[in-house]
Amino acid sequence: MYRNTVLVCGGTGCHSNHSAEIYDRFVAKVAENGLTEEVLLVKTGCFGLCAVGPVVIIYPEGAFYSQVQVSDVDELVSEHLVKGRLVERLIYKDLNSPEVTKALSETNFYKSQTRVALRNCGVINPEDIDEYIAYDGYQALIKVLTEMTPEEVIQTVLDSGLRGRGGAGFPTGLKWRFARNAKADETGIKYVCCNADEGDPGAFMDRSILEGDPHAVIEAMAIAAYAIGSNQGYIYVRAEYPIAVQRMKIAIEQAKEYGLLGKNILGLGFDFDLGIRLGSGAFVCGEETALMTSIEGKRGEPRPRPPFPANKGLFQKPTILNNVETYANIAQIILKGADWFRSMGTEKSPGTKVFALGGKIVNTGLVEIPMGTTLRTVIEDIGGGIPNGKKFKAAQTGGPSGGCIPAAHMDVPIDFENLAAIGSIMGSGGLIVMDEDNCMVDIAKFFLLFTKDESCGKCTPCRIGTTRLLEYLDKITSGKGELKDLDEMEKLCYYIKDNALCGLGQTAPNPVLATLKFFRDEYVAHIVDKKCPAGVCKALLSYEVLDTCKGCTLCARNCPVGAISGAVKQKHIIDQSKCIKCGVCMDKCKFKAIVRK
Amino acid sequence: MKSIADIKAIREKMQAQIISRDNESEANEIRVVVGMATCGIAAGARPVFNEFVDQVANRGIKHVKVTRTGCIGMCKLEPIVEVFVPGQEKVTYVHVDAEKAKKILDQHVLGGKICTEYLVGDEA
Repeated sequence: MYRNTVLVCGGTGCHSNHSAEIYDRFVAKVAENGLTEEVLLVKTGCFGLCAVGPVVIIYPEGAFYSQVQVSDVDELVSEHLVKGRLVERLIYKDLNSPEVTKALSETNFYKSQTRVALRNCGVINPEDIDEYIAYDGYQALIKVLTEMTPEEVIQTVLDSGLRGRGGAGFPTGLKWRFARNAKADETGIKYVCCNADEGDPGAFMDRSILEGDPHAVIEAMAIAAYAIGSNQGYIYVRAEYPIAVQRMKIAIEQAKEYGLLGKNILGLGFDFDLGIRLGSGAFVCGEETALMTSIEGKRGEPRPRPPFPANKGLFQKPTILNNVETYANIAQIILKGADWFRSMGTEKSPGTKVFALGGKIVNTGLVEIPMGTTLRTVIEDIGGGIPNGKKFKAAQTGGPSGGCIPAAHMDVPIDFENLAAIGSIMGSGGLIVMDEDNCMVDIAKFFLLFTKDESCGKCTPCRIGTTRLLEYLDKITSGKGELKDLDEMEKLCYYIKDNALCGLGQTAPNPVLATLKFFRDEYVAHIVDKKCPAGVCKALLSYEVLDTCKGCTLCARNCPVGAISGAVKQKHIIDQSKCIKCGVCMDKCKFKAIVRK
Repeated sequence: MKSIADIKAIREKMQAQIISRDNESEANEIRVVVGMATCGIAAGARPVFNEFVDQVANRGIKHVKVTRTGCIGMCKLEPIVEVFVPGQEKVTYVHVDAEKAKKILDQHVLGGKICTEYLVGDEA
């Protein structure tokens, strides 16, 4: 048996920091020391603490090594694996608690989390079906096929109160019931689809689940298929997620080999086959009707609903479409029961939610919290707060479809209803933290630019509306805005929301509306004072030299456009007509004699 | 194609491989520490250590953690094994071999009765 288990993170974050080479080096050094029989090396999915990757954990000690380099592996092998001594310099240090933290479960980052959808991420080898089976994998499918009727499965999911984790929060059990009750045509075909077209900038939870625990999605889709009476499923995943696609392919192969997919599953008379369809990165294809149109091989454009997919979905057959994270909860609900699931979270939003923490936060990474946790807990305790002592300004949720939560609402418990009430949305789970250096008008502009580019163009309110909205924002950030623009923008926002064909257009104005609601003063500052309070919008900035200038000439020598002049030991002057506002002079000045206004 | 029984068998077989990845709360955990410095290894600590690891893994014992430590200065008494039961004083065994290891595990770690015959005693 293995005396040590070494887990090396193989998620995309750590992978891009050479974790694959770290793993290979471990394999080589362990073999060199004759420990191959005694040390088990496992390449896992994402651990969640991407900010300190690449991450390596060595059991049974549970030592949590962070920011490991390929060159550190030799020492880890010779010290930890051969001699049994911890390599203290690589042990993860919690910035907010001075003592050295050893075990992962003891860190502030993990203590407040509850891992359901991510339970196997960073724990198992996603490319080994046996490890998934060891952690109760496929037990839920066996239970469903041997002990439960399809109606009982649906009732359990319904009772659990599980709501769609893609963002809209529709009850999953209800969706399944509609599809079960929908009458199939003469072919009798129904489809089960998985939406893995994660498109929100900054969101990566679906990718991490596919990379870290692909079998959980396969098992849940098979359960869903049994529940609604389907024999064919599709996973629609972005081609930009090569590791996720690769691991999913391996997982499907292994499941087929074991008879857990295909004809007559486990000899129990149920057939279910699963295919992968790659998306090319169009944001609109995350919308359900556009996604199905894309699977059909056509240009990914949405179509009006009704008919809803439960009645006429993929290839005009009854179809259910659930998000990756939604599926990742299913097997646990079947095994542990609806009451167990309801014991977590809030009354209307039971269970947990995964968030991808990004932006101005210490612990960039992936977290899973019970619904009802406050934003303050997520940002200050789990996230470790804002770096460089800056002040929290707002958190953006729901990506380009979402709004923002200002500091005043930091103690609101996070669930579907509460976020909607304060003008944001749960969304798929991207959570971007912004500090005082972020300009909210600029943020709204960033998301509008994204949705304008990603609008498929089929309907006018979205295609033209987002373009016009962006023009207003451009006007304001370049200092040419008028106060009446704000009212006109607001009117346009509601017009787009009410008239766009699909979710993309209906939610595209949300970042503008939310920033207008909570940060109207910043808009007014841009328009009336012609100033950007956060110092972001270049057209409204100017750099000036103070009287404390020593005349060292450093700024003048570094200015890329030669806009600074002045004699040695004399105060320098910036020619505003030449200045491109790059800020190099301010960064270079050793006497803090240049200021941004 | 596998049957339900096959899946069950895989699950049981794999338990041994994943057992050390469980984060049992430290309060109830019994620690078995084997001296694995050069002196310990030279005196035969490796088979002792592996015996503990194998037994704990194969029998699915969740509350026992087997770890290693360096030289504690009594090289002539190696292989040395220390057992830490929460709330009790540590117990030090000397000149342990694989067979004694199994007995220490059964009788002391799991059974709660110290194996007095292997204790460090006056030799130190």
